[in-house]
Amino acid sequence: MNTSNVKKLIPLLLLATSCAATAAESEISDSDRIAQYREMISDGNPADFDEMRGEELWKTVAGPKQATLEKCDLGKGAGVVKGVYAELPRYFKDTGMVQDLESRLLTCMTTLQGIPEEEITAKPFASDKKASDISSLASYVVGQSKGIKMAVSTKHPKAKEAYEIGKRIFNYRAGPYDFACSTCHATSNVRIRMQDLPNLNVKKDAQTAYASWPAYRVSQGLTRSFQWRLNDCFRQQRFPEPKFASEATVALTMFLAVGANGGEYAGPGLKR
Amino acid sequence: MGKPMKIRAAVKDGVTEVKILMQHEMETGLRKEADGTLVPAWFITEVKAQYQGRTVLETQFGQSVSKNPYLLFRFKGGAAGETITVSWVDNKGDTRSDEVTIAAN
Repeated sequence: MNTSNVKKLIPLLLLATSCAATAAESEISDSDRIAQYREMISDGNPADFDEMRGEELWKTVAGPKQATLEKCDLGKGAGVVKGVYAELPRYFKDTGMVQDLESRLLTCMTTLQGIPEEEITAKPFASDKKASDISSLASYVVGQSKGIKMAVSTKHPKAKEAYEIGKRIFNYRAGPYDFACSTCHATSNVRIRMQDLPNLNVKKDAQTAYASWPAYRVSQGLTRSFQWRLNDCFRQQRFPEPKFASEATVALTMFLAVGANGGEYAGPGLKR
Repeated sequence: MGKPMKIRAAVKDGVTEVKILMQHEMETGLRKEADGTLVPAWFITEVKAQYQGRTVLETQFGQSVSKNPYLLFRFKGGAAGETITVSWVDNKGDTRSDEVTIAAN
């Protein structure tokens, strides 16, 4: 190679290295940009409107018994809403069951207001066409636990049992794809397309993930409840559709909530 | 009448920052139902913000704006305790107007 050729080569090499640097830069900042986008939109979370709708429903008489939900006991006494979500699911003496927020709301709506259970569970999730009362009520209740540390207890044997069942469901591989929750949520630093996947066996990940649900999904224009989120997980695994507020979904919620213990609750959140 | 907006406003160093979250379906008019029928267009066409009878922001919206739009803007002036009025008009002629008191920051 003669000198003139070498001289020609140098600028080309410089150009190549600067291109590589730009590529690396944009690769690093992709998830940063998503974080930036989240921060920008978190300022105006439309889930607030669903919370407002839920609060209105909480105080409005409804059902054959013409009652409000203001006497509903979510675990801290009749009518107490503040901080209840940080301690749910829990064991309830009156029903003899471990219940999450939505199954407890279902109990209150059926017992206090006399609304038939089938009527509520027929369409428990919000859609484009119709808002869901139980989902909005959940948005309202969770909003009242913002900033409170998660403290779900497994002291009661039934609660402990639910936790163990939930743990098994989380790791249970089945269905046409041989999937488990843990297939996607038990490895660190992985993602699906641009979506970082939380490793729910890691405390910090589990806390952040749990604290951000229920959430407003920008792509769907709807506020989604925790039961909806689990339902969607089962759908993605191609499992049979779980029954709304069933023992299995509550048990799985119990496992995830206990995993988030100690973390500050921050919902309703905001998702892509 | 449209659903209420959520507005926050705060003044800092002589500049007022206004954050508006509107509740609106913002249908483009291009979306179809499962049976193929067109979902009619329904979106906000105009947003206006007024401070002491003076228009501080006037903007036109179209179909490309998302459902439940969020808008942030700043203007020079504004004093804590004073009110800002924000109103919108949609293509069906529906309107909504809400007020907010400027907070000190």
